[in-house]
Amino acid sequence: MNDTNSSKNANDKQESVISRFIAATEIDPRLLGMLGALALIWFGFHFYGVIFNNFGAFLTPRNLWNLSVQTSSIGIMATGMVLVIVTRNIDLSVGSMIGVIAMAMGLLQVEYLPQFVGLGHWSIWIIAVILGLIIGTVIGALHGWLIAYREIPAFIVTLGGLMVWRGMAFLSGGGRTISPVDPTFALLGGGPYGAVGANVSWFIGVLACIGVAYILYSGRQSRIKHNFHLRPMWAEAMLAVVGWATIIGAVLLVNSYPWPKGIVRQYGAKIGQDLEGTFISHGFAIPVLILAAVGIGMTILMTRTRFGRYVFAIGGNPEAASLAGINTKWVTMKVFALMGMLTAIASVIASARLNSATNALGILDELYVIAAAVIGGTSLAGGVGKIYGAILGALVMQSLQSGMVLIGFDSAIQRIVVGMVLVLAVYLDIVYNKRVKK
Amino acid sequence: MTNTGTPLVNLKDISISFGGIKAVDQVSVDLYSGEVVGLLGHNGAGKSTLIKCLSGAYNADSGEVFISGEKVIINNPRDARDQNIETIYQTLALADNLDAASNLFLGRELITKSGFLDESRMEAETRKIMARLNPNFKKFDVPVSALSGGQRQSVAIARAVYFDAKILIMDEPTAALGPQETEMVAELIQELKKQGIGIFLIEHDIHNVMKLCDRASVMKNGKLVGTERVEDVTEDDILSMIILGKNPKK
Repeated sequence: MNDTNSSKNANDKQESVISRFIAATEIDPRLLGMLGALALIWFGFHFYGVIFNNFGAFLTPRNLWNLSVQTSSIGIMATGMVLVIVTRNIDLSVGSMIGVIAMAMGLLQVEYLPQFVGLGHWSIWIIAVILGLIIGTVIGALHGWLIAYREIPAFIVTLGGLMVWRGMAFLSGGGRTISPVDPTFALLGGGPYGAVGANVSWFIGVLACIGVAYILYSGRQSRIKHNFHLRPMWAEAMLAVVGWATIIGAVLLVNSYPWPKGIVRQYGAKIGQDLEGTFISHGFAIPVLILAAVGIGMTILMTRTRFGRYVFAIGGNPEAASLAGINTKWVTMKVFALMGMLTAIASVIASARLNSATNALGILDELYVIAAAVIGGTSLAGGVGKIYGAILGALVMQSLQSGMVLIGFDSAIQRIVVGMVLVLAVYLDIVYNKRVKK
Repeated sequence: MTNTGTPLVNLKDISISFGGIKAVDQVSVDLYSGEVVGLLGHNGAGKSTLIKCLSGAYNADSGEVFISGEKVIINNPRDARDQNIETIYQTLALADNLDAASNLFLGRELITKSGFLDESRMEAETRKIMARLNPNFKKFDVPVSALSGGQRQSVAIARAVYFDAKILIMDEPTAALGPQETEMVAELIQELKKQGIGIFLIEHDIHNVMKLCDRASVMKNGKLVGTERVEDVTEDDILSMIILGKNPKK
């Protein structure tokens, strides 16, 4: 009797330490949950490898660097999908849009632009990227117009888009694979040359550390100014230290992955030096930096601007939003146009990484993107969603996939696992929400 | 007390129909500043529909709206706000997933010089006005879905009061409230009257009408039965106007 009481008390006390910690730092418990899941996946795959294959391949700089590159394209689209789902819509067409935009950019680079500016001209990749972004935005805006102003359900419009744009990709390229793309364009997809190297990575890392400090400092100043509740100093310090440690850890990680010997030799020959045996770091891959920039930009858009506020308001109560004078149709159309633009960015990365545009590029991506957003805590009922959640969700999905590839599961099993994880993640989210409401 | 001069609001011959049914049929009502006009009638009598033509949620098929004697066109909620018309809807019209400050400033967010949302100033302003309207209100950092009916109501009222409304439309403001909160709303209405705000009050509770209103306009089946000064009639007179569609004394 006494025993059960005391153990119950101890349990209570322990719980209150955790909840006090969460309250003081104001960290979203879901974020902790997702990081926990990620840690479980990473260590799980690593030690599975250690035990059964005598080699843990997961927690190596090489694998984690590749993982970061593989996450970029889905992660970028997932940030846009958050807005789409928050406004109670869905976009099933992003995978096909990747295909058609990549095909358009590929054809521009390989067939059309060289006719006007000359083969290998420096402006080719810039024109191709800009036109790709315009095409993506226009396609998204068209979807948005049909959904908002013609009141066709988003599911139907984008299901149609899924078929139309895949067909267009095939037609425009005549079923061919367009390759190779412009060499500068190819850098946007990552690879040894498409990474920024050790020094620039450190520079970015330091900037990011200053950014973290500034955000914490200005947040505190603004709370002091308005006499709001302040986080305890230890919580502020801890957030800063954790933030800095994450950033510095990431820099150390990408800098400890060296260029392969062949690339070093090739590069040495190009600049006329003997670099045999030199350690040249990859540093951050360019697509990862694009993802980071998109993530920061989208977070600011969603949390600090009127547009973001309206997106949430429409998701929470469309009638209230409209009565508050918000032009809900225009906002919805802009959400889809933005989704189209982000899809175009993802398309640049995906085709640059492959160094070609193919008909099959992006097939099934829409489902991975939706899954990433949902695993990241975006509610399909609308009104709730976080940008960082979607990026973490994309990382979880990609970690599962590449982990299973590393330990040699075949693709059928991969799909089974990913499918089950999606359902499980949403179930856990529902359970968590019910407990919070109690 | 009699009303002279130009009314603050004059709705003239307003008609609107939905699918062939005349929801509002040639109704005219007016409102002076510092006055509360009750709109009464059964469910479906057309009170809310009429008032939505003023708040911009519906567009009348015919009829005219005059604000302080000048004809205005109100096509949407934004036009209504530009005329300092604020509405508290029966459904409260709050975005449940947003907190009190976000709801209060929805559609009219305060922004910083660099064009971003000024969250802390909005929260500070919200704390100020809530301290005046409902001093017990403490839940500033949770979505309004986590609030009680009374707390949600005070957010909805704060939204209307904060922006210096000249004309306030309240659609059953006490429907979801307990006695204490109802009393709070009643006091608030008295205070707003003193500031010269004109209030249209849609209300089912006849006691509240007698207590709060200066005049009562009764509607039935989309038509105006009549407008009476509250001091000239009894509760029974009003009830028979609502039920029978005529004033027994006339």
